[in-house]
Amino acid sequence: MGSNMAECHPVAFRWPMKAKLNGAKLIHVDPRFTRTSAVADLHVPIRAGSDIAFLGGLIHYVVNSRRWNADPFFKEFVVNYTNAATIINKDFKDTEELEGVFSGLNTFSEPASWPYNGNQGRYDSASWSYDRGPKPPGPATADLIARRAGPPFDDLVRSLKLGPAQKDPTLQNPQCVFQILKRHFSRYTPEMVEQICGSPKEKFIRVAEALLENSGRDRTSAFAYAVAWTQHTYGVQMISCCALLQLLLGNIGRPGAGVMALRGHAAIQGSTDVPTLYHSIHGYMNAPSALRPHESLRAYMAAETTPTSYYGNTPKFLVSYLKSMYGEASTAENDFGYDWHPKILGDHSHIASFAAMADGKVKGMVCVGQNPATSLNGGATRGALRQLKWLVVKDNWLTETATHWYLGPEVKSGEVKIGDNQTEIFFFPSTQIAEYDGSFTNTQRMLQWHSFATKAPGDCRTDTWFYHNLAKRMKRLYAASTAPRDQGWKNVLWEFDPDPGEAPLYPGEPSARKILREINGYVTGNPAQHLKGFGELKDDGSTTCASWIYSGCFPAWDQNMTARRTPDPPGVPGAHLAWGWAWPANRRVMYNRASADLKGKPWSERKRWVWWDPTFVNPPDPKTGVAPPHGKWVGYDVPDFAATKAPDAQPKPDGIGLDALSGTQPFIMRADGKGWLFVPAGLVDGPLPTHYEPHESPVQNLLYPKHQMSPVHKVWAAGKPYNQLASVGDPKFPYVITTYRLTEHYLAGAMSRWLPWLAELQPELFIEMGKGLAQEKGIRNLDWVVISSPRGQIRAKALVTDRIGVMNVAGKQIHHVGMPWHWGWAGLSTGAVVNDLTSWVGDPNVSIHEGKAFVCNVEKA
Amino acid sequence: MPEAMGFFTDTTICIGCKACEVACKNWNQLPATNGGVTEMSGDSYDNTRKLDGTHWRHVKFIEQFEGPYNGRWLMMSDVCKHCVQAGCLEVCPTGAIIRTEFDTVVIQSDVCNGCRACIAACPFGVIDMNPAAGTAQKCTLCYDRMEVGLEPACAKACPTDSIQFGPITELRTRAQKRVDQLKAQGEKRARLYGDDPNGPLGGLNSFYLLVDEPEVYGLPKDPKLPSRNLNRSGTFAAASGAVVGLLALVGLRKRRMDEMN
Repeated sequence: MGSNMAECHPVAFRWPMKAKLNGAKLIHVDPRFTRTSAVADLHVPIRAGSDIAFLGGLIHYVVNSRRWNADPFFKEFVVNYTNAATIINKDFKDTEELEGVFSGLNTFSEPASWPYNGNQGRYDSASWSYDRGPKPPGPATADLIARRAGPPFDDLVRSLKLGPAQKDPTLQNPQCVFQILKRHFSRYTPEMVEQICGSPKEKFIRVAEALLENSGRDRTSAFAYAVAWTQHTYGVQMISCCALLQLLLGNIGRPGAGVMALRGHAAIQGSTDVPTLYHSIHGYMNAPSALRPHESLRAYMAAETTPTSYYGNTPKFLVSYLKSMYGEASTAENDFGYDWHPKILGDHSHIASFAAMADGKVKGMVCVGQNPATSLNGGATRGALRQLKWLVVKDNWLTETATHWYLGPEVKSGEVKIGDNQTEIFFFPSTQIAEYDGSFTNTQRMLQWHSFATKAPGDCRTDTWFYHNLAKRMKRLYAASTAPRDQGWKNVLWEFDPDPGEAPLYPGEPSARKILREINGYVTGNPAQHLKGFGELKDDGSTTCASWIYSGCFPAWDQNMTARRTPDPPGVPGAHLAWGWAWPANRRVMYNRASADLKGKPWSERKRWVWWDPTFVNPPDPKTGVAPPHGKWVGYDVPDFAATKAPDAQPKPDGIGLDALSGTQPFIMRADGKGWLFVPAGLVDGPLPTHYEPHESPVQNLLYPKHQMSPVHKVWAAGKPYNQLASVGDPKFPYVITTYRLTEHYLAGAMSRWLPWLAELQPELFIEMGKGLAQEKGIRNLDWVVISSPRGQIRAKALVTDRIGVMNVAGKQIHHVGMPWHWGWAGLSTGAVVNDLTSWVGDPNVSIHEGKAFVCNVEKA
Repeated sequence: MPEAMGFFTDTTICIGCKACEVACKNWNQLPATNGGVTEMSGDSYDNTRKLDGTHWRHVKFIEQFEGPYNGRWLMMSDVCKHCVQAGCLEVCPTGAIIRTEFDTVVIQSDVCNGCRACIAACPFGVIDMNPAAGTAQKCTLCYDRMEVGLEPACAKACPTDSIQFGPITELRTRAQKRVDQLKAQGEKRARLYGDDPNGPLGGLNSFYLLVDEPEVYGLPKDPKLPSRNLNRSGTFAAASGAVVGLLALVGLRKRRMDEMN
């Protein structure tokens, strides 16, 4: 669901096809019958944007099914490994009680400092918390912050511990998570699914039964999703809903199970790990923010550390990161340079930045590896680009973003004159993938080193070259400044020039290996002594490590684990641990403690992965000389658990980090070591997934008529003429449209539309529409049609097919159409910009736009 | 002499990604139609339309639907069949078309005089002129790669192993197992096409697993050699010249008609 894996991830799709040859059943739930559906055992049509109703329907079906209630496996997994038994705060009110919203909903007003957050409302999540006993005694966090306690920061972390959560292992307490979720999904019946999703009831039940049949001790089921689950005003909740279902079915932390996020670009996973995101720093730590209690190093640690999980080590991750940023200048006395670190003001994501740009609040933009002129709400985006004083485009070709000022549709129509453009545009020719060294992180979190195959022509340079030399120039510019705000640039450590004797690939090119070494980490003051893994990190500045999750990928000066290429022998079960390197700690299945039962035994022979070997003789500790008792977690994978922590181990009363968890709590990144069916904190739009309609929808919300859409989703530039939105059931825009990608092209086209061999395979933009709609509108195959939304209108050729069509939704016949969005005016294969139809609305957690479900009109041109 | 080598294409795991088409063009340095600036065909996702002198691999897309969402979408990567009894080889007047040590059929471009006889002789419509070279061209089963122990570019690029390369006898065993598996799973229409050494053309060294009649995939049910109507006697040698001339004319006429169409 939420993915067209065969078309968009054809290389990874090798494995579902191998599984199919081994007898696996493949199901595709999608608004279109795609190349994935073509090789699936079952295709189920679904109206774009209604996935939570479908998944919620599966949850309802599962917990009320005979199999789920009769097989003790499910209860054993759910009671012990999830928070099903946990009692929730008595003030919590569910959407079933408040007709579509949770307790704690407030209004939101934009701060004057950054009025581009887009929120329509906000939740106070206090009432979603666990019902807890009294907090353990000890020094108060505020006092420790005021006293500047630490390093070490253990006392600070310990002071964050909360009282024990109340539980009911019988799952009968009406306020326990299981009972709450059962009530929450009680109206998500197969009939309701059919009404909301347009999915035939009979097919929906086949999916539910297949999942039940293929889950349990002996069998597992996996979900794969991609951007078709993220690009919604409730995308995070869709994924959360799937995780909830998979936890109920015992399909997390086990081989052949899970919720697989299929990332797009070869290193898009790396770009969130390292990251290029505005809201986080390396290893998924939140970026220091002016809107959170992050005013000092210790305040940040107090706000961001979960004391009773592996995240209890956050101070070690953070201090080692600051050492990597500021080197010798970073000391315990100056809080490791924390105050020099930039802080965010609010939502600086893609759309928020363009909304600010449209208001003239952004002077310049460096655009690398992106083609925003064909991006979301294209007309508004190009209008925003025209407000810039300067624009840098670094790409392989003169993309639409580089040429919008003289070739854009507004220029062609005469609406904008070339001479009026005041933006100074710089173009830097870029290298391609095969022209430099580096590592990719793939969708499995696996880093794979690649060496350059050929030198780039002319002046083409790598992205690392660009940023490396830009940073060196920036440092020089600020070298003489005494202003406090410039101290960050003055002190930032930037040493990536190749060592003497190491020839750079291009003049001025930094050493990619040196960058990976910095990311892996080393003993402060001795860059040759690499860290073997994040277990060695310290919070006193004695270790330097840019990204804790990548620590261990380069454990010795001459040991680049990411360059390894040794597969396991055929026919032997294994995780291919000697191929590349996966974070964290070369672990291939996360939370894999859950692949064994409470006693540490595999749930079944067929599904064994890691298990407790009670006879294992542990070597003596090198420091104390004392050997731990017998017993160790062993198996095919690197255990996601303290290696010698026995299944019967109890939490230490004053323990922090993993010491605060028992031997039966597999979800070591969560404060209670449990998989969360109910999310008490961390999501801004609710603790449980709830069906809402897309912002633009032809139908009313059947489940919650009073709350058509998510009450807290984002609308940027609300009310502006360049972000007009259709009202519910707007007769001017009666059709549901979804946008997508094709195997033959790549994203905005810079890597495919200029390549003749790919251009000839899909030479033109098209709209896929059902035969019914085509007949109604008098449109024949290959006719030109005009597609319009409140933001714009474009032309495309019709591809009339039965692979998409009409659905019966809420008693209405709803036509579904779809368009691939790869095109623009530049390159060999050209076409209209489909994103001229999309809008600036999005998800409140991650600010991703709603490009997968909105409305349009279609007319013969 | 090495074993007979070839392709087994399992269409049930083809995802229509066209990586085979691109890998083929890349390895053999074949140009894109009009430099890549072309029009969409409107026939499903098939925009290269057929095998010819510059398209040695071609993925077919067959939409079999009875109403919205109700049906199936067949995909098949097509290529030269490397027939054991090859019509093209039979008619080539210059000896440009040879049978290699791998039992594959290769057109030697430097010996081809562009007479087009082979184009008309092929019962599968595989061969056509490569305008850049001025000679008839088709898949060589990557003879240059096989010579140095590499598998053909298309098979190497195929992400799902829909295209499998290997010794024909081994492929036939594997293919039969897959048919048996599909039949056991309820796909009663599963069958092999061109695997039988006693069948038409002495068997095809590129054979297919299909789930419908061959005609659905644009394959002839009973492919024949151009010599099928000739008396198989000593007159063959004398007649062949005339036949070649005639076929060349037919080929030219067909091409003109194509252009007119």
